Amino acid sequence: MAQMTYRDAVRRALIEEMERDERVFIMGEEVGVWGGTFAVTRGMYDMFGEKRVRDTPISELVIAGAAVGAAMNGLRPVAEIMTFNFALLSLDAMINHAAKVRYMFGGQFECPMVLRTTSGWGQLSATHSQTFENYVAHVPGLKVIMPGTPADAYGLLKAAIRDPDPVIFIEHTHLYRVRGEVPDEEFLLPIGQSNIKREGRDVTIVAYSRMLHEALKAADELAKEGIECEVVDIPTLRPLDLRPVVQSFKKTYRAVLATEQWLGYGVDAEIAAQIYEHAFDYLDAPIKRVTAPPVPLPYNKHLELAAMPDKEDIKRAVLEVLR
Amino acid sequence: MTEYVALDAQTKSLAFDHRELGLSDDDVRRMYELMLLGRRFDERCEILQRQGKAHFHISGQGQEAAQIGAALAFIPGKDWFHPYYRDLALLLAIGVPPRELMLGWFARANDPASGGRQMPAHWGYRPLNVVTASSPVSTQIPQAAGIAYAHKLRGEDAVTYVSFGEGGASKGDFHEGLNFAAIHKVPVIFVCMNNGYAISVSANKQMAIENVADRAAGYGMPGVVVDGQDMLAVYKVMKEAVDRARRGEGPTLVECKTVRLKAHSSDDDDRLYRSREEIQRLRAEKDPLVRARAYLLEQGLADDAWFEEIEKKIMEIVNDATDWAEAQPLPRPEDAMKHVYWDR
Repeated sequence: MAQMTYRDAVRRALIEEMERDERVFIMGEEVGVWGGTFAVTRGMYDMFGEKRVRDTPISELVIAGAAVGAAMNGLRPVAEIMTFNFALLSLDAMINHAAKVRYMFGGQFECPMVLRTTSGWGQLSATHSQTFENYVAHVPGLKVIMPGTPADAYGLLKAAIRDPDPVIFIEHTHLYRVRGEVPDEEFLLPIGQSNIKREGRDVTIVAYSRMLHEALKAADELAKEGIECEVVDIPTLRPLDLRPVVQSFKKTYRAVLATEQWLGYGVDAEIAAQIYEHAFDYLDAPIKRVTAPPVPLPYNKHLELAAMPDKEDIKRAVLEVLR
Repeated sequence: MTEYVALDAQTKSLAFDHRELGLSDDDVRRMYELMLLGRRFDERCEILQRQGKAHFHISGQGQEAAQIGAALAFIPGKDWFHPYYRDLALLLAIGVPPRELMLGWFARANDPASGGRQMPAHWGYRPLNVVTASSPVSTQIPQAAGIAYAHKLRGEDAVTYVSFGEGGASKGDFHEGLNFAAIHKVPVIFVCMNNGYAISVSANKQMAIENVADRAAGYGMPGVVVDGQDMLAVYKVMKEAVDRARRGEGPTLVECKTVRLKAHSSDDDDRLYRSREEIQRLRAEKDPLVRARAYLLEQGLADDAWFEEIEKKIMEIVNDATDWAEAQPLPRPEDAMKHVYWDR
């Protein structure tokens, strides 16, 4: 079993899928000669040629729109949009088209495409630092994946490329250098499966993407004080598998939900609603949300860190639900 | 450089001789028949909407020559079509059976487009590679570029038809789609059906230039402006464009100058923004059926008896499609949840 960065895990999945299936091709800004803004596709232009690793104009609408067309016409496009902030311009193609091709055609056509994009921040200010997984996770017909570990990124991206439905795959820029174990032999992970990443009896922490790591760090530190947190990762946001969360909650009676979303109408609200629906009788404390405050993300580092949640916020929330 | 075709023709019939375009007498008679079928079918759908039997209608009346001229330049079954909502006559011309098209208006369970899930006039027909549209206009343009990209990637010589109004040409989708297609020289024909109105907004309020196709030069592809009321002129320029695309020489932007004889849709009242005199003038001077009829008579290809016979035949087809489709079963409510995702 090899240690591998999240970036290399995504790259390995792309290369393997392109070698396996010649219908798979990549397009997006900078993906070709330059190898991608986050260096994910580095070297792939030389491996597969410009027809299958296609640099495009700065045209988010046509990157997603042409991917929808190519997918309907039998290819398996993997379109890359640098960040979700720019993918807002692709949402018409994803929501009004990709998500509805199968339905509005009564099942005759399908749209097996993947839109890869990123969430993330780091002194890039308000319009480079937003995360909108809840916008797309709301839409029937789409699947939304936000992996937190290299192994999950690898196994889920491969599954996404082979999936017959459109998938929005959101990587996190802070995670590209994170290392983790990824088995050498090829594997796929099922889309729509949540996992317990750390077992504990006192509080259930639900998180995904970067906040999964903050949750694990918080759990490590709290363990030194004798508080055992169970950390549940939800790498697929749609279809959402909350069975492990509900099961865990029925054991701990308390939950903290940690996301980078703004407070209000976020993924956390859906999780909380489902816990109330499925485990109301087990509730020992109000469910606590750890989120970003509702403010555009500022540029200055001190301001930015004040507006982004981390492990300290999670620890405080855990102590509050235990009080 | 833009090419301008048949725009200053003084004739009340058509600008070209069909024999010079490689069309037989039968071909021309067939084109007239298809135009008439488009018109009568469209009128029937309008009536169905007024009767409350269909919820929505959007008309292509006035645009039949452009649609038929375009349709006949393609190879149905091989080529792909990403039509817009006024392209009824084109769908009939490429061979979508009238009965099946009518199912869409009645939103019946066996509607081949979507089983009653999609709006009328948002065509979809898998056997002939007709891709369903969504309601935001001109979003089909980037998709058509992608469909054609897939053909090119696989080394196939199929060509993609995509149409939109001049209103849709104001959107960013138009720019991004045409630029992408030109860069990659993909086999797609962009067909702008310029009927002078984006719902209520006249073309001179939508753009500061006379012709949408003049923009083609800015993308590095040929642009052609053609009299969209002349089925033979449209066929001629479409054939040339399709042949170029099939030879691997990339896309063309064709603008058909046409007219919209009806309101935008059944939800619109065009008396609020255009005079009845204007409509009367368009009917007198621009109706493509009148022009085609004059040509057939002038060329001695048909007489009054033939026109009567064709009228009767077309009405039989429209009546049959209506009666048959209306009698088909409605979708089951529980099927509303089907086809959201792939279901093994």
